[in-house]
Amino acid sequence: MKFSPPLTLVALLALAFTLATGLASRADHWSRRDKSGNLFGMLFGDGRKLFANQFFTMADVYFHSGYYPSIFDRAGKESEIAEVSHGHTDSPDDEIKEDFLGKPLDWIDAFGRHFRITQHTHLEHHTEREILPWLRLAADLDPQKIETFTVGAFFLREHLNRPDQAETFLREGLRNNPDSCEILFELGRLYHESRHDLDRARNVWELGVRKFLALPLPQQKDDKLVLEELVVNLANLENEAGNYGQAINWYLAAQKLSPNPAALQEHIDQLRKKLAAQIPVAPGKLY
Amino acid sequence: MNKIFALAGVVIKELYRRKDFYVLFVLTALLTLAAAAMNFFHDEKIVRYVKDICLLLIWVSALLVAIVTTARQIPAEREARTIFPLLAKPVSRGQVIVGKFLGCWLATGVALAVFYFFFAIITGSREHIWPLAVYLQALWMQWAMLAIVIAMVLLGSIYFAAPSSTVTICFIAVAGILGLGTHLHVIALQQPEPMQTILTAVYFTMPHLEWYDLRDFVVYDMGLVSWPGFALATLYAAVWTGIFLLLAWLGFRRKNLTT
Repeated sequence: MKFSPPLTLVALLALAFTLATGLASRADHWSRRDKSGNLFGMLFGDGRKLFANQFFTMADVYFHSGYYPSIFDRAGKESEIAEVSHGHTDSPDDEIKEDFLGKPLDWIDAFGRHFRITQHTHLEHHTEREILPWLRLAADLDPQKIETFTVGAFFLREHLNRPDQAETFLREGLRNNPDSCEILFELGRLYHESRHDLDRARNVWELGVRKFLALPLPQQKDDKLVLEELVVNLANLENEAGNYGQAINWYLAAQKLSPNPAALQEHIDQLRKKLAAQIPVAPGKLY
Repeated sequence: MNKIFALAGVVIKELYRRKDFYVLFVLTALLTLAAAAMNFFHDEKIVRYVKDICLLLIWVSALLVAIVTTARQIPAEREARTIFPLLAKPVSRGQVIVGKFLGCWLATGVALAVFYFFFAIITGSREHIWPLAVYLQALWMQWAMLAIVIAMVLLGSIYFAAPSSTVTICFIAVAGILGLGTHLHVIALQQPEPMQTILTAVYFTMPHLEWYDLRDFVVYDMGLVSWPGFALATLYAAVWTGIFLLLAWLGFRRKNLTT
């Protein structure tokens, strides 16, 4: 039999084409990489989540301008950008605790500090923008990491005065995590504090409470803080809107969750007084 | 001294004839420009991540240029048998060691200057500030560190069998010192004996290359390192370079070049 290279090539191409038409539909089920929706998902698959935490930590490192404990100095502390987004500010005691360097161990350590950043500072005056690339990358690598969206949106809204971009980022987070109470809480804060839109804030926070109550019980126990934040903020919102009765109900609910129910009782007492002072206008007097 | 400079000149010519530096520079430039072109939340003023990425690439590239160029100097001369006419000039073995070191160090310095010039252009075009003193301090410290590394590799190239093993071992050593150097004493204190003593001894006797990494000062706009610290670090680098060159000369002096 005579071997013809062009014919063999054509035959092989035809065979490859035929096999491709048959295999294409099956191959779709073999891997989900190409359905991930972004480049990182396609390149790394689920392995990308390993990098997401690192990039989130990089955002925290940048927030501290490089003054950051290494794995040898650090003992399971929450990232400070996450703490700041929950309204935490450093007290003098915190500052002392965060001085992870301590006294130099030896002369080499002492001399080496000439070449390390040894001051604990935070980014401010809009330089907070420098953490955004790492948060963006962390969100692309692991869209299920909720903290990335809440922290990013907080800094965009509160520190950089960009509520529109914060909302877009939160909506992206919500699309990836439709049941996240944390994202709904942050979205409610955005409507309340930046847009002063009480109705939308109320709707979003109430949805957050409903989503929380739909969670399995063990998860509810772990995430109790977000429910407390939702309920207290709803109570404050109803108080601001003049719905004192509803505000009292939310404060009563918050008392069951709060570590300091006595402080909330003061609010409840004040609201009860306000409610009692509201004298309904008799219809007869209007005519 | 002329002989040493002549030897150094040959090494510098070799660097710009080879493709290593050009490839690394183009790669650094492309990756930096790609990073700079990324848009995060429509904010044009974000710049620190670009500085961070560019400096990391500069560090990796400079280490590659320095280690790979140095590791093949003496083995290549031996393999091509050009070492014999070289030593017959007459050039002493000590002069060969110093000439090779100086050539590699100056060649790496030229490469570093090109890298930092590119870095200054890229960051200056985004930040619109030019902290040249900070950049020069960072460049000098990196170059001083590379002097220790080049001398260390030259020593390795005398004792190890092939340039590949010299490159691998030196890379591991340098990466280990840069990554763990600062923390080695803390790690040592957490270990049981005799590991504690061994690690503590290593900590006190190794060259502390991590001091020369001023990337954080550049990236986070932390200003200049104190000048006394800077001067002492330069002296420390000179001392370690001298130690490695002396050890390399001692090894090379007794080395049988025919085998």
